[in-house]
Amino acid sequence: MTELIAGNAPAAASAVADRPQPVWQLRWRRLRRNRAAVLGGIVLLLLVLFAASAPLYERLMGVDVNDTNLLARFAPPSTHHLLGTDEAGRDVLARLMYGGRVSLLVGLASAVSAALLGTLIGLLAGYYRGRTEAILMRMTDGVISLPLLPLLIVFAAIDLQKLGFSEAFVRSPTANFYRIVIIIALVEWTTVARLVRASTLGLMAREFVLAARAQGASARHILTVHVLPNTASPIIVALSLAVGQIILLESTLSFLGLGIQPPTPSWGNMLNNAQELISRAPALAFYPGLLIFVTVIAVNFLGDGLQDAFDPRAEVH
Amino acid sequence: MLRFILSRLAQSLIVLLVMSFLIYGLIGLMPGDPIDIMVNSNPGYSAQDVARLRAQYGLDQPLVLRYWHWLSAAATLDFGYSRTYSQPVFVIMVPALIQTGKLVGLSFLVFSVLALAFGIAAALTKGSVLDRTINLLAFAGISVPVFFLALMLIYLFAVRLGWLPASGMFTIGGAGGVADSAKYYVLPVLTLTAAFAGRFTRFTRASMVEVLRMDYIRTARAKGAGPLRVVFKHALRNAMIPVVTVLALSFGALLGGALITETMFAQRGMGKLIFEAIMGNDFNLALMGLLFATSATLVSNLVADIAYAWLDPRISLS
Repeated sequence: MTELIAGNAPAAASAVADRPQPVWQLRWRRLRRNRAAVLGGIVLLLLVLFAASAPLYERLMGVDVNDTNLLARFAPPSTHHLLGTDEAGRDVLARLMYGGRVSLLVGLASAVSAALLGTLIGLLAGYYRGRTEAILMRMTDGVISLPLLPLLIVFAAIDLQKLGFSEAFVRSPTANFYRIVIIIALVEWTTVARLVRASTLGLMAREFVLAARAQGASARHILTVHVLPNTASPIIVALSLAVGQIILLESTLSFLGLGIQPPTPSWGNMLNNAQELISRAPALAFYPGLLIFVTVIAVNFLGDGLQDAFDPRAEVH
Repeated sequence: MLRFILSRLAQSLIVLLVMSFLIYGLIGLMPGDPIDIMVNSNPGYSAQDVARLRAQYGLDQPLVLRYWHWLSAAATLDFGYSRTYSQPVFVIMVPALIQTGKLVGLSFLVFSVLALAFGIAAALTKGSVLDRTINLLAFAGISVPVFFLALMLIYLFAVRLGWLPASGMFTIGGAGGVADSAKYYVLPVLTLTAAFAGRFTRFTRASMVEVLRMDYIRTARAKGAGPLRVVFKHALRNAMIPVVTVLALSFGALLGGALITETMFAQRGMGKLIFEAIMGNDFNLALMGLLFATSATLVSNLVADIAYAWLDPRISLS
């Protein structure tokens, strides 16, 4: 499928360049007609609201997400704890809300970082051609052909102190967050790089770029003013398709105990002990897993809709 | 053709060599080192002992030199000893490989057949209720975290219904046999199948829809070919070209799936071995496990390229 997008990227880009307004209107109309995509978008908005209202819920119910109570472990749902408590007596709903913040933020931050890295590499490869392109694209092929999960586990297990970071920094939640974002971005940039390169190659042959080059415009000027704005479509499509994959990766790493570290909740690490507790408290595993599932399926429906809406071959009504 | 395969093989070997150096370096950056672990288990060591041990094991040398020693040894098929198993790495990897081969092979077979059947059915009934149902199921399969699916299957079939065992490879102290061990494969294979069938169903469908739009399909229909003949004789072969490629390319992802599945169902395969070796500072084993995973993916990429050229006579390899 990526080949299809790549092959048509120049056509899409040229359409944007010639008539900016109608194309985006057309895409928006096409997206709105796609019921699954609209539903996915609405569900995502609701999930963001759910995560954002965490402090409100805490204040309303008089609970604290980090309050443990060993006398009230595995409490069933009550008016005080709407979804009951977990193995440490913490409020499950509050943890789901805060966990949602972390999971959604990691997903978005990793996707954006991956897109930035991929865009840079794709632009350079498409602009400079020759040996630069050969090296960058062989590197891309190399990364694509690696077993991602085992490598991510190694990256996540690396002791940052051996790289000269202080112990306090290594153990801080901030470092933990950035580490996950960076390692996911390091393996997820390849699709964007390929699409942006293909798009850049097409744009470099177009008259307005040739004119700019003939007038002696610098590489930076050509790339940022003429090329980058016209590669927006493939980047948006690739990004929307990568976010679901990234949320799954983060939850898997956190589930294995290598992602977001407790006590900071994430949907993935809330399932950490789920396997041992599955017969005693199946609900503890069910809620966070269901939220990951719903988020990823909503993202995928939206991404699929965006891909269709941005497809220049789609029939125009 | 032969030249193409040889040059791709050479390329893959170079990638493997680069990766072996990178992984060697990365593993050195994991917490703890072999000497620390030895010292921690025996408080009798003095500082001089530690320094002597470091020199003896060559750990005081620079990274490149250590890597060179490892590579020279590996070239003679000496991959070192596993720290946790106290056995040569090779001896531990072989049974694990067989185990993973069974799990991945079986799942691959089941999900390819399912994906083809559903994908073709959906493409032929494009826009119908059947198509939309298949599409929804496929999306669900793509979007579900593998570990969550495994958990829910364990809960439903092992905890609630008690039909199948939750983990392990055979009944301990039981009579053994194929029927006994088959029981232990149902849930892991189901997990991997569900996780991978969705992606390929969608791919098969997209490819089939594309092909059915082609002129030669219209020609075949116009000449009076029956619907079955059109689908299986004219469309399927061409629709399969991208699908086979993507199936072959999926091996790396399958290994990742096997890692989760084996860990959750306590099956002693490569995935579980790699995970535990990384987590348990078993340097030699982790290194070889990761290199094995890398070479398996590289080989599957090569197979994908060759299959692509072999299926599509328009593509010339030279």
